[in-house]
Amino acid sequence: MCSSRRREVRARDAAAVAVAALLAALAPAPSASAAPAALPDASRSYPGIGRAATSAELQAWDIDVRPDFKGLPPGAGSVVQGQAVWEAKCASCHGVFGESGEVFNPIVGGTTADDVRSGRAARLTDSAYPGRTTLMKLSTVSTLWDYIRRAMPWNQPKSLAVDEVYAVSAYILNLGGVVPDDFVLSDRTMAEAQRRLPNRDGMSTAHALWPGPEFGVRTPDVQASPCMRDCAAAASVASFLPDYARNAHGNLADQNRLVGPQRGARTAAAPADAVPATAASSPSPSPPRAAPTALLDQHACSACHGVDRPIVGPAFKDIAKKYAARDDAVGYLVQKIRSGGSGVWGAVPMPSQAIGEPDARTIARWLAEAAGSAAAK
Amino acid sequence: MSPDDRRPGRLRKAPENFIDAAGMRAVFDEARHGRRDFIRRAFAATGAALTAATTAPAARASAASAASVDNDAGDPNILELPEHSRGLGQPVATDGYGKPSKYEANVQRRQSPGLTQTRQASVSFAPLQSLFGIVTPSGLHFERHHQGWWDIDPAKHRLMVNGSDAAIVKTPTVYTLDELMRMPSVSRFHFIECGANTGMEWGNVAVPTCQYTHGMLSCSEFTGVPLKVLFERCGVDYKRGRYVLAEGADGSSMTRTIPMALVESGAVLVAYGQNGEMLRPENGYPLRLVVPGVQGVSWVKYLRRLEVGDMPYATKDETLHYVDLMPGGRHRQYTSLQECKSVVTTPSGGQVLLDRGYYSISGLAWSGRGKVARVDVSTDGGRNWRRAALQGPVLDRALTRFSLDWVWDGKPALVQSRAVDETGYVQPTYAQLRAVRGSRSIYHNNAIQTWWVQESGEVRNVQLAAS
Repeated sequence: MCSSRRREVRARDAAAVAVAALLAALAPAPSASAAPAALPDASRSYPGIGRAATSAELQAWDIDVRPDFKGLPPGAGSVVQGQAVWEAKCASCHGVFGESGEVFNPIVGGTTADDVRSGRAARLTDSAYPGRTTLMKLSTVSTLWDYIRRAMPWNQPKSLAVDEVYAVSAYILNLGGVVPDDFVLSDRTMAEAQRRLPNRDGMSTAHALWPGPEFGVRTPDVQASPCMRDCAAAASVASFLPDYARNAHGNLADQNRLVGPQRGARTAAAPADAVPATAASSPSPSPPRAAPTALLDQHACSACHGVDRPIVGPAFKDIAKKYAARDDAVGYLVQKIRSGGSGVWGAVPMPSQAIGEPDARTIARWLAEAAGSAAAK
Repeated sequence: MSPDDRRPGRLRKAPENFIDAAGMRAVFDEARHGRRDFIRRAFAATGAALTAATTAPAARASAASAASVDNDAGDPNILELPEHSRGLGQPVATDGYGKPSKYEANVQRRQSPGLTQTRQASVSFAPLQSLFGIVTPSGLHFERHHQGWWDIDPAKHRLMVNGSDAAIVKTPTVYTLDELMRMPSVSRFHFIECGANTGMEWGNVAVPTCQYTHGMLSCSEFTGVPLKVLFERCGVDYKRGRYVLAEGADGSSMTRTIPMALVESGAVLVAYGQNGEMLRPENGYPLRLVVPGVQGVSWVKYLRRLEVGDMPYATKDETLHYVDLMPGGRHRQYTSLQECKSVVTTPSGGQVLLDRGYYSISGLAWSGRGKVARVDVSTDGGRNWRRAALQGPVLDRALTRFSLDWVWDGKPALVQSRAVDETGYVQPTYAQLRAVRGSRSIYHNNAIQTWWVQESGEVRNVQLAAS
């Protein structure tokens, strides 16, 4: 009896311990306002959450390549092979020689044989030199390789084979005079390319803008003082937008709230003048058939084609005009949109596009039936 | 009537020269004949004509406002009950997800014309001039996409934690959103600012309003799991693993190197929540990294992978972009922190003050190094300063709202703000900043902003010779 009571007590104690443990486990996480020191206890094991990654999963996603070439897969590509890939998949945006600034900043240009020797792109000190190309800035060849592999081509990233990435990288380096015409870039020759990069010695980490101790400098480079009285000399205005640029960002009256201490300045005689001042904007009458803007953006058509101005490719207006009289215009354009082409509008080819037939047809119908008049509007 | 000359609720005597002499004679003549309707019509017509004539930007409301108010009786907005006081309104749940008033349609995030050639690798700016407090409404949060945005199915999204070699992370781990959202969460307010914010202004004035000068800036309450918690579960070697590569799942698969020191401090979050709801697709739905105090590009969206490594990664956006060109031609690499900065948002560039008299100068201050300690405001171009009031809450690495009473006497004024953070760092003038970094950096421009209030009431973006 005595022992059974003891057992009972023990059982009660055990239950109490269990409840206490349960309560501890259920204790609410420290509130948001708590200091980082009071974070949820990281030693908790959170059973049931997360699982070990498989090696196939790691291989599929761990694609980064570091400056020490860790992560670089075996493979090779020559300058000549790179040229073929380039002209098929890259030149439409970047120009045949990587020099185009129409869609993206130029990749090639601004570096010299002297830079290849010195490791510093000398033109970076020349404020009169327009823009900075990729090769003027590139300090690590791994960066070029890694980025092309993960993000290019623009509308079909990660579609290049490893050897194509080597080849295209070789071609770019060759365009910039970094590697010779017969160069083959591979996991074994990357280091050689690195040693010839025009701006390989152009970077510095001696600054206090890295929030960690790794780079040494912790004191901010710019020092100011909070003077309160008679601080600066009488101020004079040195720079402002000229009057002719007042409407460069549209009518600022339409970009400010209609109630409150201020209104937006009327910087353009907008058609909005004709409608009542209340914000409820009546939709403007739509053109016969509105441009399928969302589709044009989604498939990045608008990256290369303007509605009424050419960018890399011809203006939609001009395409519309060219095929206006053609009975099979819609079918023809669907095919051209999807498979691309070259020679019709100039030397720069249009690559094939990963666009479904229905979307291509919508765009083709707009081109065939309305783009000409929409653009004229 | 144009928006910039309405003065709701103002009651004023109509001046006698309000209509021309002939008109006056006609009005009084008709009045003597008891034609009171005619009088009302005459006044109404003149009022409309006057309003139409004063739509020039310089025109202020004081003259026009009288037109809308009958001399003796009062404001028709009071006297004549509006429809919404006399009728039945809309039912509940008209919109399952409510929208702003139709009168707020001007408050939009916008692109800066000509800044980028594509709209997928581009930016839209938050309308800071129209926001209150410190929180950016999620739909107005600034956008920066590198290869277009996506709306990703959260059920199929995964987060992987691994190491640059097998020893640096003991157990490479995969998480689902369900699992991450089961873990204890924290919610914290933080600002996010693009490293290139105000970048267009390094050399000289380039854009008209604070939306374009400072609008790559937003502040939200973010909810998520401290990355430190995930790392400790996976067995991270903190001694060797001083750098973390964050990688997105979008086409660009954005990558940036994150300092392990910030992760260890508990500040870095793997976040799914923003302002009480899930992240917006444009802001990385369903998962993004939150790196308080660090420029926005490191807050990788559509976050799919975190790799712990023993050296920085020199990714495209820390080698070719987001590098600061210094005098002498060297680029600073891995510049990440956003130093203390502030801007007056009301009044600000492109706005027109409606009248002389009282205004509350108000703006935003922030620092990537901690809390804002104080903000000073000058109305004479930085010669004399007054201490502004800090509106609570003042939070670590979050936007802080400040304000200062001001009576505008109608004379030109040069309005500036200058913030100091809790480390004692003082926001510099353009002269101080350029003396060290030149004017071609593109990134990390935290100089004091000047707004020129002209006698017309119009406010313009300017830079001063003295500072």
